[in-house]
This record gives sequence, structure tokens and C-alpha cells, in this order.
Amino acid sequence: MTPREMTVATGTGGLGTDMVLNIGPQHPSTHGVLRLRLILDGERVVSAEPIIGYMHRGAEKLFEVRDYRQILVLTNRHDWLSAFSNELGAAMAVERLMGIEIPERAVWLRTALAELNRVLNHLMFLGSYPLEIGAITPMFYAFRERETLQAVMEEVSGGRMHYMFNRVGGLKEEVPAGWTDRARDAIKLVEKRMPDLDNLIRKNDIFLARTVGVGVLTAAQAAAYGASGPVARASGLDFDLRRDEPYLAYGELPVKVITRSTGDCHARFEVLLDQVYVSLDLARQCLDRVDQITGPVNVRLPKVVKAPEGHTYAWTENPLGINGYYLVSRGEKTPWRLKLRTASFSNVQALSTLLPGSLVPDLIAILGSMFFVVGDVDK
Amino acid sequence: MLPGMQWLELALRVGAVTVAFLVLPLLVGQTEHKVMAHMQARLGPMYAGGFHGWAQLVADGVKFIQKEDITPRAADSPVFKLAPGVALIPYLLALAVIPLGPGDLVGEPLDIGLFFVLAIVGVGVVAVLMAAWSSANKYSLLGGLRAAAQLMGYELPFVLAAASVAMAAGTLSLPGIVEAWEPWWLIWQLPAAIVFFISGLAEIRRPPFDMPIADSELVFGYLTEYTGMRFAFFLLAEYVGIVVISALTATLFLGGWHGPMAESLGWLWMLLKTAAVAFVVIWLRVAWPRLREDQLQRLCWLVLVPVSLLQLVLTAAVRVAMVQS
Repeated sequence: MTPREMTVATGTGGLGTDMVLNIGPQHPSTHGVLRLRLILDGERVVSAEPIIGYMHRGAEKLFEVRDYRQILVLTNRHDWLSAFSNELGAAMAVERLMGIEIPERAVWLRTALAELNRVLNHLMFLGSYPLEIGAITPMFYAFRERETLQAVMEEVSGGRMHYMFNRVGGLKEEVPAGWTDRARDAIKLVEKRMPDLDNLIRKNDIFLARTVGVGVLTAAQAAAYGASGPVARASGLDFDLRRDEPYLAYGELPVKVITRSTGDCHARFEVLLDQVYVSLDLARQCLDRVDQITGPVNVRLPKVVKAPEGHTYAWTENPLGINGYYLVSRGEKTPWRLKLRTASFSNVQALSTLLPGSLVPDLIAILGSMFFVVGDVDK
Repeated sequence: MLPGMQWLELALRVGAVTVAFLVLPLLVGQTEHKVMAHMQARLGPMYAGGFHGWAQLVADGVKFIQKEDITPRAADSPVFKLAPGVALIPYLLALAVIPLGPGDLVGEPLDIGLFFVLAIVGVGVVAVLMAAWSSANKYSLLGGLRAAAQLMGYELPFVLAAASVAMAAGTLSLPGIVEAWEPWWLIWQLPAAIVFFISGLAEIRRPPFDMPIADSELVFGYLTEYTGMRFAFFLLAEYVGIVVISALTATLFLGGWHGPMAESLGWLWMLLKTAAVAFVVIWLRVAWPRLREDQLQRLCWLVLVPVSLLQLVLTAAVRVAMVQS
């Protein structure tokens, strides 16, 4: 038998030297196709380079060849967990440029649905994050709650993920009779069952050991990277567009902004968890107002929707952070340019400072706690 | 030469142990499906076959058989193929010396049964290293090294806790230990029991000690490259591991076959106690996240080892006092 030469496992030679490890693009914990090129010394990360773009779909370029009604379908899809909030931002940009005032009933319905969408989004991460730390049960509890709320969203829009319920000038149609009551029941049910998830994981000893003090992002770093949303608020960056620059009906609502000061993985998780309660409460208040207001939920549009020449920037507090659309129109039926600012794209940039020096298990804990959607990163 | 009757008896004993080896892990697997389904409000495991999803385990088996058996091109083929067997066999041998009931109801009443079991369970680390190194996969390698460090570390409290009972009973024979067991040992040997159970969990790499597998980090650790039946064998090894650790905990610390009407129903008590411990193993998987590698080492060296050493001192002191009085 001839001798056989074999190099095993380590990229640069024998053990003890640095090993190059690619986490992704296909990997269980990257929620899609983010790729991290790591150089490891044992289990310690020497350097981490996020490589993005595997899911780039050219959304901004596609916006330019779609008319204003069709754009909403696209905006729906970059952050697929916040579909309603995305379409909302785009619709608001076009409405502002066209000078459309949407009916009051539509304003309150939009606010209610946006908050329900926020809860759906957060529940997804409240399930998947513990799963990455090794706790499998919260996932099932989170999905049980998601299912309850999704039934409500499905009833109103027909969609479970890509709702397409916003239109330029309001909403697609009036909600079904009695829907607000069923939505309130669903909210009540979810509020009642949230402690199942909360008690199981928030104060769990191992969960605390894995997340407290891990991946600390300072407020200054968060601000420097343009981080926003729960990730930034967990670092003490007290900024929430719903309170600081109200849109829709938020000006009339008591928006409680959840913040933490430690900036570690556990703080980020807790912000998400507490925001669920706040959002459920806000959604209920909106539904109560919807019941008191009658009238149309959209305005009649001309056959061809053309935004007059000009530009505007509409930003919204999406579940994952600030989502902005910079719309430049030259008076045609398609935008001349629609720049997209996504929350996840800015938030994941912080990874390059958080990851080096951490251990591989911490890397996963940090990665998961940045709460990103790859479509929102790659656009 | 053994006379005919003895051959028959030997065949019966080996047959019975093999049946236990094949049936008990599947029972644990089925129980895990159902317990987790109830605890987690899962719908999937309750569907296959109609009533309570009874056919789920069968469906799993059929799936594993159908899967292609892949050996990566870069893998060290013979080692890669042998590893699942090496993982499985030690547990089969361990089952042979664990007493099921009073008297002669044991596969092989070995005088140094405890020593044998502890030694043979330690072979598991070899299988893990074989799988990890031969896979030629970086994730496998990381997982394998994590497992090796973990198994080496937890071997110590595992053995020390077991030694405490052996000292208390004054024998290394497992039937002998059960024979000598008295209910008040539940309190006397409680720290050792807890240490033994925790390090047993770490030995079989069950949550919260599943860092070597850590599917969200290392894809599936040292099992990443395994498919089909070879993967199923590793899974089976995990479930036999649960049976062995539960049975050992029941034997050493919960009095094995002791219970009302032990003479006739001893085997039932033993099985019930084993099942109860196995239930806790499953429960922990549902309730806890995963400990980081350095955290589980810290738990081992700073908590479990000192506790088991103190227990040894306590056991020795009580033993000496008992002998003198």
C-alpha cells in the first residue's frame, strides 16, 4: 500500500496555527446567507470579516422601473419580518410628495397594524435567539403566539408575511366586520401567554451566563455605526422615532420607549421582550380608536399616480430600527431614485468591533443578538 | 467446557441484554418525542400514524434507512466508518452488568462491575475523537476537541461520585451495592447523586452540556458529516447513553430494585426509577440553554470536583463511625 498524504481540517497547516473558518453563507445560525470569514486561534476569534451581498437583489434599481403602486410590493420584501412597516414607509414618502392627506381611520388602522407587525417580528427573534444559545423551547412558544397574531393579520390582508395592505393614500380596503374585536382577543391571549416564554428564558441562569456582559456595544459605538432600534436602545441610545419624530398616530399615543444601559446581548434581548408588551398595549389603544372613527380608509387616486418633481425622506421606526426611503421624483410615474436605508445594514456593521477577541460560542450569541434580516442587509 | 444448561443460560442472558439494548433506547426516544411535544406545544410529533403520533419514531427510522450513506472524499474512510460502532458497543457492554432485579437478575454479575462500567463508558471519547478527526471538517474538529475536553474533565467527578457509593457499600459489585443500599442513603449520598447525574449528563453530551454538538454554532459538531444509518447509530448511542446513565443513577443512588414487594416486582421498580431519571434528562433538554465550553469546565472543576471530594470525606467518616460503633 502506498503511503497517503492527507491534510486534515486546518486551513493553514497543523494544529496550533490559526484556522480559517467560514461561517456561512450556508449555516444554521445566520438566518439566511450572511457569511463571516473568521480567523480562529483555537476557539478565539482573531479577526472576523462579514461578507455580505449573497442576497443582493438590486431592490433600489428595481424601484426605478416600477410605478408607485408596484413599488410597495418590493419594499415589502427586503425585511421580510417587517413587511407592513416597510410598505408603510414607502407609501408615506409617496403620499408626502403628492401632498395626500390620508383619512383618520386609515391612520389609526395603519398604526395598529404596524404595532402588530412589530410584535410578530420581535416574537420571531425571541424564539430564534434562545435557540442559538441552545434553548429550544422558546421557539415553539414564540411561534404559538405568532400564529395567533398572524391569523388576525391574515384575516385583514390575506397575507401571512407579505401583507400588501398599504396603498398610496391609505389602506387596500376596509377591515372585515368585527375584526377589531377578534384582534383585541388575540392581543389579550398573547398577553396572557407571554409569561410562558418570559419566565422560561429571561432569568434562566445559563441564559444569563451566556449573554450578560457578552458583546458589549457602547452607546458611542452604536451611534458611530448608525445602529438604531432595539440594538441601539439596549446600549442606552434613547432614540425612537415614534416618540421623537412622531408619524401616523404616534403623536397622540403614550409611546413608552424601552432602553437599557449595559449594551450586552442580554440587554438587547430584554429590550425586544419588553417592547412586545408595549406594542401589544399600543395596538390595543389604536384598535379602540379605530372603533370610534368612521369614514373611508383610503383616498381616490388618479388613474396614473405621478409624484410631482421634488424629493423627500420618509423614515419610520421599524421593528429592527430606523428604516428610511429617500425618494427623488422628476414628475414621472416611477421614482427617479429611491434610496433605501435599512436598519439591519447599519446594525450588523457593529459586528466587526464586537466579534474579534470573542469565543466561537460568544460569536453566535452576539450574531444572534444583533437581530438582523439578511434581506434587509443585502437589499 | 460448559455444560449444556449453562450455554443456554448464557445465550438467554446475552439475548435479554441485547433486547434491552435495542428496546429501551427506542422507548426513551419515543418518550422524548411525546414529552417534548407536550411541553413545547409541538404539533409535528403528534401527527404521524394517527393516534398521538405513535408512528413518528418508525417514520424517523424509515427516513434514516433511506438516506444515502456518504463518506466525504477527504475523510479517513475506515476510521470514519468505524466510529459509530465504537460509540455504540461500550453502552451495550455496560448494560450487561447493571442489575435489573434482586438475586441473579443481571446480565453478568461482575465483581468489579462498577469499575468495569466506568471504564467502558469512558471509551466514548475515543469514538468522538475518531469521528471528529476522520471527518476532515473544521466544524467536526472543533466539536471533537470540545467533546474531548469535556469528557476528560467530567470523568473525574463522575468517578469520584461513584466511588463514594462503592465506599459506602464496601463493594464494587453493582448487585452488591444495591443489596447494601438503605433508604437513608438518599440523604447521606445526595451530593454524590447530584454530582453523578450532572457529570453523567456531560458524559453523554446531553443539554445543557451539548456544546460539542451545538447545532447553531458547529452545524452538528463531530456528527456534521454523518448521514443515514451511521448518523442514526450515533443517535442511538446517545439514547442508550441516557438509558445507561439513568440506570446507573438508579442503581447507585436510588436503590435499584428496592421497593415494596421487591422480591417479585424488583425489576419493575428498577425500570420505573430508570424511567424517572430519563424523564429528567429529557426535561432538562426542554428547559435549559447550552453552557459554554469554559463555563462547563468551570462548573466541573470548581463545583463538582470539590463537592464529590467532600462527599468522599463524609462517606469515609460515616463509614468509620459505623464500623466502630
